Amino acid sequence: MNTEKKIRVLVAKPGLDGHERGARVIAYGLRDLGFEVIYTGLRQTPEEIVSAAIQEDVNVVGLSILSGAHLTLTRKIIEKLREQNANDILVIVGGIIPDKDVPELNKMGVMGVFTSGTSIKDVGAFIKSNLS
Amino acid sequence: MRQEWESQIAEMRKGSVRGLARLITRVENRDTGWLDAMQIIYPMTGKACVIGITGSPGAGKSTLTDRLTRELSDQGFKIGIIAVDPSSPFSGGALLGDRLRMKEVSTIDDVFIRSMATRGALGGLNLAARDVVKIMDAFGKDIILIETVGVGQDEVEVVKAADMVLVVCVPGMGDGIQAIKAGIMEVADIFVVNKADKDGADQAVADIHAMLDLSADEASVKIPVVKTIASTGEGVTDLVRMMLQNFEAGRIRTSWQKERIKEEILSLLEKEVARHLRNRWDQNGNLDQAIKQVTARKQDPYSVVQEMISLMHLQ
Ligand code: B12
Ligand SMILES: Nc1nc2c(ncn2[C@@H]2O[C@H](COP(=O)(O)OP(=O)(O)OP(=O)(O)O)[C@@H](O)[C@H]2O)c(=O)[nH]1
Ligand SMILES: [Mg+2]
Repeated sequence: MNTEKKIRVLVAKPGLDGHERGARVIAYGLRDLGFEVIYTGLRQTPEEIVSAAIQEDVNVVGLSILSGAHLTLTRKIIEKLREQNANDILVIVGGIIPDKDVPELNKMGVMGVFTSGTSIKDVGAFIKSNLS
Repeated sequence: MRQEWESQIAEMRKGSVRGLARLITRVENRDTGWLDAMQIIYPMTGKACVIGITGSPGAGKSTLTDRLTRELSDQGFKIGIIAVDPSSPFSGGALLGDRLRMKEVSTIDDVFIRSMATRGALGGLNLAARDVVKIMDAFGKDIILIETVGVGQDEVEVVKAADMVLVVCVPGMGDGIQAIKAGIMEVADIFVVNKADKDGADQAVADIHAMLDLSADEASVKIPVVKTIASTGEGVTDLVRMMLQNFEAGRIRTSWQKERIKEEILSLLEKEVARHLRNRWDQNGNLDQAIKQVTARKQDPYSVVQEMISLMHLQ
């Protein structure tokens, strides 16, 4: 009896990285697939991202990072989510991520990594299959 | 079921932000038992002041909400924010971007921001907005700000949820005035001319005053018009002072209270009846059946509805 349920996704850009196009493509794309996307814009601190994720009660946090600082930023965010007992939130990362860093991200708890050329349909399907 | 809701409400009342956020989600989703949950919550409410912020798209509602929150939070008020953006009618999804302008307040301890999509509701709010106001009230928020969708006209739904409504206009292009004409006049308790750094702000203020004078009778209270520059914060202190004065003077929409309660009961009833019917039809396949019949022109939509109604024994 729960027809109104929507999957809520926070799309966030941590750090000083100003490459916004990928995050926007993903945000609009997920909206068009029926997700409710909260977009918080550029230059977010890990604290801001985690508090937004909790207040908005999102199912997914999607980080867009093209600065090269994906390992440290992601680690910080996941640690803070854990501090808040919010590690049930699915974390995915996209942007410029060298293949060699993917295992490390996975070890931190990142479920999916999406680099350039990612199709939005794949992201949508990944989220749906990992939440159910 | 009820027990599960009770423990979640207890967690929220203890001050858990996560608990608050999750409760809002479940009520917004109309999870089974949500009416019971709201019955438990209702007696815990009634303390918070609710302020609606409405106006045309891009007028600066979110930026102003951010500034108001900083000012009010500095004065010691605990603030809840509900920021509504439209759902896409095609996909049902939404891009909720108001929070983008509220970065600075988003990590203040006693500030809680929740973005909501309209999910098909008309009038600039989400159906559950009023329920979420109550949950935030029960959590202990002193002031709840509701930013509506930027519609420009007809977004009067917020009046039904708020004690005080700010209508935000911008100078130039007759925009502000246009918006006011479309019936928004009656809902404003304070007019804000934002983007006062742009040409024509004084003209906009004068125009609004002129319109107000036209419609005012002797007995009515004077509606203030305030200039702000939300992007720098100029004028916001004055605006806050005026808002608090209004509250102290009791110039809030108490006269609307009866109307509001009546409207709330009726709209809840309407939605719940429709929801139950739809759920039942989804399960028993009657709706699919009816669609097939109408498509094949064996039946018309009117008789379908009449049949459904008679099944409900309403006639
Ligand atoms: C356009 C661009 C810029 C523009 C940015 C415009 C803007 N506002 O976005 C400008 C010119 C400003 C710029 C500046 C710089 N750039 Co630049 N830029 C690029 C470029 C050419 C394309 C990026 C882009 O927009 N791609 C299109 C989008 C749609 O793709 P995308 O971002 O990869 O996103 C896709 C996926 O990654 C994924 N995805 C992305 N985010 C997310 C999030 C989630 C949740 C999911 C699921 C998926 C996902 O899905 C998207 C769709 O498929 C790249 C090179 C490249 N080929 O990627 C360099 C690149 C990113 N830039 C780079 C650098 C170094 C810089 C500068 C530091 C250069 C300098 N020395 O000044 C500055 C830094 C600016 C800053 N403040 O951060 C480097 C980064 C190197 C690194 N990470 O190790 C790159 C890789 C170029 C290179 N090969 O060296 N840049
Ligand atoms: N010049 C000027 N720009 C402003 C002012 N206030 C807000 N803006 C800018 O106006 C744009 C829209 O501001 P928002 O706060 O997002 O407006 P909004 O009414 O919430 O928009 P929607 O929610 O999309 O309807 C942003 O680029 C702001 O920076 C102001 O006082 N002066
Ligand atoms: Mg806004």
